[in-house]
Amino acid sequence: MGRHTALHSRHLDAGARMVDFGGWDMPLHYGSQIEEHHRVRRDAGMFDVSHMAVLDLDGEGTRALLRRLLANDVARLSTPGKALYSCMLNEHGGVIDDLIVYFLGDGRYRMVVNAATRDKDRAWIERQASGFDTTVRERTDTAMIAVQGPQARARVLPLLPAALRESAGALAPFHGVGAGDWFVARTGYTGEDGFEVILPADAAPAFWDALRAAGVTPCGLGARDTLRLEAGLNLYGADMDESTTPLESGLAWTVAWDPPERAFIGRAALEAQRGTDHARLVGLVLQGKGVLRNHQKVRVGGVAAGEVTSGGFAPTLGRAVALARLAQTGDGSCEVEIRGKLVPARVVKPPFVRHGRPCVAAE
Amino acid sequence: MSEIPQDLKYTKTHEWVRLNDDGTVTVGITDHAQDQMGDMVYVEVPEAGRTLQAGEACAVVESVKSASDVYAPVSGETVEGNAALADHPEQVNQEPYGAGWLLRIRPAAGAALDHLMDAAGYGAFLADEEH
Repeated sequence: MGRHTALHSRHLDAGARMVDFGGWDMPLHYGSQIEEHHRVRRDAGMFDVSHMAVLDLDGEGTRALLRRLLANDVARLSTPGKALYSCMLNEHGGVIDDLIVYFLGDGRYRMVVNAATRDKDRAWIERQASGFDTTVRERTDTAMIAVQGPQARARVLPLLPAALRESAGALAPFHGVGAGDWFVARTGYTGEDGFEVILPADAAPAFWDALRAAGVTPCGLGARDTLRLEAGLNLYGADMDESTTPLESGLAWTVAWDPPERAFIGRAALEAQRGTDHARLVGLVLQGKGVLRNHQKVRVGGVAAGEVTSGGFAPTLGRAVALARLAQTGDGSCEVEIRGKLVPARVVKPPFVRHGRPCVAAE
Repeated sequence: MSEIPQDLKYTKTHEWVRLNDDGTVTVGITDHAQDQMGDMVYVEVPEAGRTLQAGEACAVVESVKSASDVYAPVSGETVEGNAALADHPEQVNQEPYGAGWLLRIRPAAGAALDHLMDAAGYGAFLADEEH
């Protein structure tokens, strides 16, 4: 049996189909994954993401540590509350994890990392932190709820502690604000507007209930996956891992090359790869019949070019889409081997869907 | 608990079989199978006239989660596949024993049906599988 979040009994009460995810018992769906997906695109849905790890870093040396630890540069965070998406790399440029880091104030940062990688991440961070004046504290007393969709912010704001309502309502995208033990950020993993709320674990069930009463639909990991795939957002462990670099994973935009003297871990490996004809992560839209799935082989011009890293049916588009790592993309058409047959697909630039609307042509 | 109609026969691979008055059999996947797979997004059924051997993969059901082969419960010839599922795969979820049927087979002469389970047998099989 896996670990339970503070909302476990809420999931069972709502009839969730529970699955193991990174050692946690988490809801896959509450009846219909596709219906949950549509609710987020059209209205508002909520996800229990308490399995993700919250790490608070504190100390004079934290900024310097993070500038070495992360491929993106926390020096870009000048105002408190601003968030940065980054990869944390090993010496070979391989991705140890992808994460969001919030600048809270002088020497104080909050990192949110993936559930399945938390122990590995902590060990790596603590190893690198020796020699820096910083303490790393994993928050085990918090829960996290992501509320996403065009109506998400309007539903959440009245339910926040009074001290947060105004400041949360004024948040620009990719910023967060805290008050007491609560922290609200205008971030997410769906391609829709919304909030991610980090709150005391013992306050989570009542907040969840209030959101439900306000008409926010509980959504499981299944919908979370199809929403992030449509939004063209990578999933750690599928689209990138320690054997692939950000440049090969569609994440070159998260690598801060300037200033050139900033020696972040993995930099030398990325410099060596930069400008070479390396593999790239692209989007695929299936033209023929079937469903794209992880690890299906992709051929370009009749030659093996790579494989699907995450694929599935995109409910908003009504067809299958995928992220795929290809050595070459040719003229923009390819074939995917689906159950022994070669099916035509189109190579596109993700995202596939943003703010409820398709970004790729139907044909 | 999933629904297991009394008047149907069942396989260990979670197909159901209805014996029709005209000697043909209709085949689908059980309520348990559709529930395990989740929302269907793509269904592929065989063309009329295709000859099937018992145990042969004859249709594919794909959900948000996974793809599964459907196996012919009996040898024979495909009379028709349910063409409506191409545009409405969700019928397999909504009415697995009705509108969500997959194909109809005319069993070959002497084709064996006695390996199929009745409703009670399938219910016991499911209970076993869960433990």
